[in-house]
Amino acid sequence: MALALIIALPFLGIFLPLLLERFGRSACAFGAGLAPLTALILLLTKRADVFAGQTEIIHYEWLPQLGLNLSLRLDGLGFLFALLILGIGLLVILYARYYLSKKDPMGRFFGFFLLFMGAMLGVVLSENLLLMLMFWELTSLSSFLLIGYWNHRADARQGARMALAITGGGGLALLAGILLIGHIVGSFELTTVLASGDLIRANSLYPLTLILVLLGVFTKSAQFPFHFWLPQAMAAPTPVSAFLHSATMVKAGVFLLARLYPALAESEWWFYMVSVTGLATLLLGAVMALFQHDLKGLLAYSTISHLGLITLLFGLDSRLAAVAAIFHIINHATFKASLFMAAGIIDHETGTRDMRRINGMWKYMPHTAALAMVASLAMAGVPLLNGFLSKEMFFAETLDQHLLGSFYWTIPAAATLAGAFSVAYSLRFVHDVFFNGEPIDLPKYPPHEPARYMKIPVEILVLLCLLVGMLPAFTVGPLLAAAVSGTLNGNVPEYSLSIWHGFNLPLAMSFAALIGGILIYSLRKWAFRWYEGLPTVDSLEVFERVMGGLTLAARHVTCLLENGSLQRYIALMLLSTLVLVVFALTPLETLHGPVALTPLDGITVLGMAILALTSLLTVLFHRRRLTALIVLSVVGLMVALGFARYSAPDLALTQLSVEVVTIILLILALFFMPDRTPAESSSLRAFRDFVLAGGSGTMVALLAYTVLTRPYDSIASYFLENSVSGGGGKNVVNVILVDFRGFDTLGEIAVLAIAGVGIYALLKGLRLPHPVRDYGGRPWSVDRHPMVLDALARALLPMALLISAFIFLRGHNLPGGGFIAGLITAVALSLQYIAHGVSWAQARQPISYHALCGAGLLIAGLTGLGSWAFGYAFLTSSFGYFHLPLVGEFELATAMVFDLGVYLVVVGATLLILSNIGQVSQDDSNREVL
Amino acid sequence: MEALFAITLGIMTASGVYLLLRARIFPVVMGLTLISYAVNLFIFSMGRLATGVPAVIGKSAEYGDPLPQALVLTAIVIGFAMTAFVVVLALRSIGELRTDHVDGEEPRK
Repeated sequence: MALALIIALPFLGIFLPLLLERFGRSACAFGAGLAPLTALILLLTKRADVFAGQTEIIHYEWLPQLGLNLSLRLDGLGFLFALLILGIGLLVILYARYYLSKKDPMGRFFGFFLLFMGAMLGVVLSENLLLMLMFWELTSLSSFLLIGYWNHRADARQGARMALAITGGGGLALLAGILLIGHIVGSFELTTVLASGDLIRANSLYPLTLILVLLGVFTKSAQFPFHFWLPQAMAAPTPVSAFLHSATMVKAGVFLLARLYPALAESEWWFYMVSVTGLATLLLGAVMALFQHDLKGLLAYSTISHLGLITLLFGLDSRLAAVAAIFHIINHATFKASLFMAAGIIDHETGTRDMRRINGMWKYMPHTAALAMVASLAMAGVPLLNGFLSKEMFFAETLDQHLLGSFYWTIPAAATLAGAFSVAYSLRFVHDVFFNGEPIDLPKYPPHEPARYMKIPVEILVLLCLLVGMLPAFTVGPLLAAAVSGTLNGNVPEYSLSIWHGFNLPLAMSFAALIGGILIYSLRKWAFRWYEGLPTVDSLEVFERVMGGLTLAARHVTCLLENGSLQRYIALMLLSTLVLVVFALTPLETLHGPVALTPLDGITVLGMAILALTSLLTVLFHRRRLTALIVLSVVGLMVALGFARYSAPDLALTQLSVEVVTIILLILALFFMPDRTPAESSSLRAFRDFVLAGGSGTMVALLAYTVLTRPYDSIASYFLENSVSGGGGKNVVNVILVDFRGFDTLGEIAVLAIAGVGIYALLKGLRLPHPVRDYGGRPWSVDRHPMVLDALARALLPMALLISAFIFLRGHNLPGGGFIAGLITAVALSLQYIAHGVSWAQARQPISYHALCGAGLLIAGLTGLGSWAFGYAFLTSSFGYFHLPLVGEFELATAMVFDLGVYLVVVGATLLILSNIGQVSQDDSNREVL
Repeated sequence: MEALFAITLGIMTASGVYLLLRARIFPVVMGLTLISYAVNLFIFSMGRLATGVPAVIGKSAEYGDPLPQALVLTAIVIGFAMTAFVVVLALRSIGELRTDHVDGEEPRK
């Protein structure tokens, strides 16, 4: 529980500085420090257990199906990092109290700061890797906020964006890597993962997993070639740099190297990728640091170089090297944080960070100068300071590997060279800033010592550098031992923490580096001249250009695909469908299946030929819309005949009646539209559409042919066998609709009713101009309601209704039923609208079509519910045979009541649609469409 | 005969698709109608094509497959509702935007 509280406290504490801000800056800083202080005390209570080598794990289930759990882990490594985060964090809070000016919103700063701190604690204390990744991403996000804290400055915004893009992108790679680890191991819990190193390394996915994880690590820890974001992040306020860019954020990467060491290390892949990256970063950072004129830029490149050193140590892939790496993590955090703070003080007091102008500070702030000098000597690796100890271990480890064959000596040689450069830039930091004559043109003059309390954090850290440097075994010994044990899963090698190991090669390398560094610094005039001759690369500019290019490319792609043209969208969709069908059909060896073709007969050929021809004619005439529509109606009629020919009388009847209402509908719509289509397709577009249409047609034909020539097995026999006994009807199609699949039908008539109501809503209030002339300029006929049609329609109505009733009643046993009867009624009623006009028909209409739709749905639904009353499932039908005198034997089935509902909905919806379109006319006084 | 049927379906689909790709609403609606004819026939033919075997018990010795028929029957009716909805949407857009171009605006010259 206490473990969860350690992570939760900084998050909970975010509100304190925000609330206390109005009581002054000290109160605000105090509020910010309260939560980390409590968390630190809680952490220290766990010290005894951790130093005894115990691992505390707490586990709460969150989404166990995904392997994501709220499980936390405290072992030596986590303890060390949590201690660094909380300890240095507290010092930085104290420092920031004096660093931030009155104009800066302090509550917001500490809010972001605590958010970051909580996220960082989450990273180092998570047991579940997915949970760790969430905190990992949160560190990227909160560091974005912190780097961009001075959001009025363009460099801060750009630096923040760059850091987020690089570390966030690495986070994505890490996510993929972790998912692969989970895939290989079967769990995301560290305990399992760390114990499965052999399993992971034996898997064929191991190289990919490793590369993805290392991408996350290298971006976070600013390793070459992803190092460039760190110098740009120096636009952040210095307390942020002291915390994020020395002790925590950039250490998250190397933390992960340490954390996953037992699971991923000990392979060639690991050695080459990690050590080469580390070596390149170590050298590059050390050289670049010397040539920076910006105080923080020097420290940033130095940080890159030291992170490279730590990475290289992990890459050397020996357990002793891992010890040295962890030791150096501690040492680097202490001296680099204090150096950043000192740099901040100098910046604060002089108003600039340019080392060409800041000179001779020894005279103005001797106290700060002394502290910074000790810290930079630690950075240079001078004996009696902590940096010396881990650097000695580092040199020893570079000698103790034989990984590059006969070229093994290149690693110690490169290490010594990097050591020499780190001595040189440390010297430059000391000499240039504190000595080297008088300051030049400072914005704030004369500089003086800062507030007393601002120096306390620096003093504490420098004291630690000295103590660890002189009495390592008594100060850092137990902590290091616990952290090493946590890293190596308890498999701790022998090592000795002492200042003096006798005269040996590592000591000689140290001295060589020291002398080399002094030599390089003394030759700095030539070195700088050489450096100025190098082509300058502004990483920010390059990055912005790349990002701009990416945005532009993304916009181009989007515009290409999504240019607002529906025609293009449809073309693209059709194209992808075509590709999919081709892909699906390719594995077939032959298109022609084993079933023989049925012989052709004359009537079929004629019918098919008319069907094909009229389809083509529709396209040919499509500019003359009325002609095309008439041809289209022939297609519909031929389809109906086709259904009749191939044993589907129900379909033929339905198609026939739907055809009538569809054509009425389209003619109605055409009335309001131009009756010609302009010729506007370019030749290219017409060609594209021709190809797509031809392709689609070919695919459909091939698909139909392949299926039809293959044997088939259907569930039809069940319906055929049970139609009479189970549904009481001989027309199986109708029994399926109203009985077997009655629920589907209920859904379908609901859709129909909704479409009707939706159309009513769409047309409500719509008034379209009444066209006066046709395409050729001829006036439309103004004759209203021809008398012959009028007389015929009146006579037809009762007959049509009678037929419709007949079709409805016989539907259960012979072709017919609610759908068809409803359509016939709708056609008969539409005819009255056509013959007499909307207002005439509307005046004689007994009930509204909305009510008809609703009643139909209600009847159908209630029939279904009725079967519940008798203890049957929804829509179970029942039937019986009755005898009446005169009429004879007849059947009654509840399914017919359901069918009545279908009938009513079809009538209601169809007329709702047609009559409402008929009313869309601008002057409804005397002119109607129908 | 299956080959002829397949070719006819192909021609219907091709005609429908070509009209579907036009720029004005009315040809598009006609294209949709043609495509729905073709699709209905396609689904129907999945129960195989045979003459003189309606799925009415007692009318013949063998029966055609009633299941695709039932599917297509509702598809025809729903297809009408869908066509009607598209047409009305088009009318509304003509009323609001004063153009029958599918993109809702006349093409730039």
